Amino acid sequence: MSEFEHMSCRELVETITEYLEGSLPRADLDRFESHLQICDGCRHYLSQMKTTVAALRSLCDDRLQAAQRDELVNLFHGWKRG
Amino acid sequence: MTNPEADASVPASAFQATGEEDLLDALRQGDEATFVFLVTRYHAALVRLARTFVADEATAEEVVQETWLAVLNGIEKFEARSSLKTWIFRILMNRAKTRGVRDKRSAPFSSLDASLDQQDPAVDPDRFTSTEDGQWSGHWLYPPTDWDVTPEQVILSSETREIIERTIASLPPGQRQVITLRDLEGWSAAEVCNALGLSETNGRVLLHRARAKVRSALEQYFMSESTS
Repeated sequence: MSEFEHMSCRELVETITEYLEGSLPRADLDRFESHLQICDGCRHYLSQMKTTVAALRSLCDDRLQAAQRDELVNLFHGWKRG
Repeated sequence: MTNPEADASVPASAFQATGEEDLLDALRQGDEATFVFLVTRYHAALVRLARTFVADEATAEEVVQETWLAVLNGIEKFEARSSLKTWIFRILMNRAKTRGVRDKRSAPFSSLDASLDQQDPAVDPDRFTSTEDGQWSGHWLYPPTDWDVTPEQVILSSETREIIERTIASLPPGQRQVITLRDLEGWSAAEVCNALGLSETNGRVLLHRARAKVRSALEQYFMSESTS
């Protein structure tokens, strides 16, 4: 077995997107998770990042305004008339 | 008379039973309800994406209207080798890019690659111990704290909502496009990279930097809140 190299906070911060996207290689995943167990700061960082991503996910307001819809329906009618 | 507000959304459930082929058939036959269903579903997302390529909201809206017209004009010849959604977004992106270049607004992809080479740490390096600190180098000097807030609270507060929107608006185009599609629209990482013509790694680097900036902006806000 090769020597287990501990992950620094700085490295964890830079690999967090790979971690959250599920693309962190196995060896780094172990180092990432062992680090989390001993580091409050990084646990908070991860939690902040999860909150940020979840907030981004629910940020979208996809409601179509009535005026926008009317314009698009007009466009459709124009197209149908050819 | 029906209420135009209530009319503005068509229940998605009405279409859930029908597959994409039925949707295409209906659109080819000039079915208005199907068109309204599609614009209800994608228009806002298309405008948001277009906005990352062009100079202002009005131009974005214009490009999306052109896109819908191109969709209607092309639907007869659309061979469904990709999903309808992918096809619509691809038309949008081609048009938005062309328009952005014409208006000298958008970043061509080469400059996007150049920005990838630059150092852009997720967190201010001064918040970590330096390399002279031996085995403790790169550890938190000023660690993050518990925000004690749910994502819902972040979204419901107009202040934090505005911070997020402002930060996204200030991002370089590539980062903005990636975070818009991946996080705001909830596309898969593969879909995003495919649509923007990015390698998986470059897509993730752009996402990483974009998310880091939004987090950092929120952190600044929460820190100033807790000390005031």
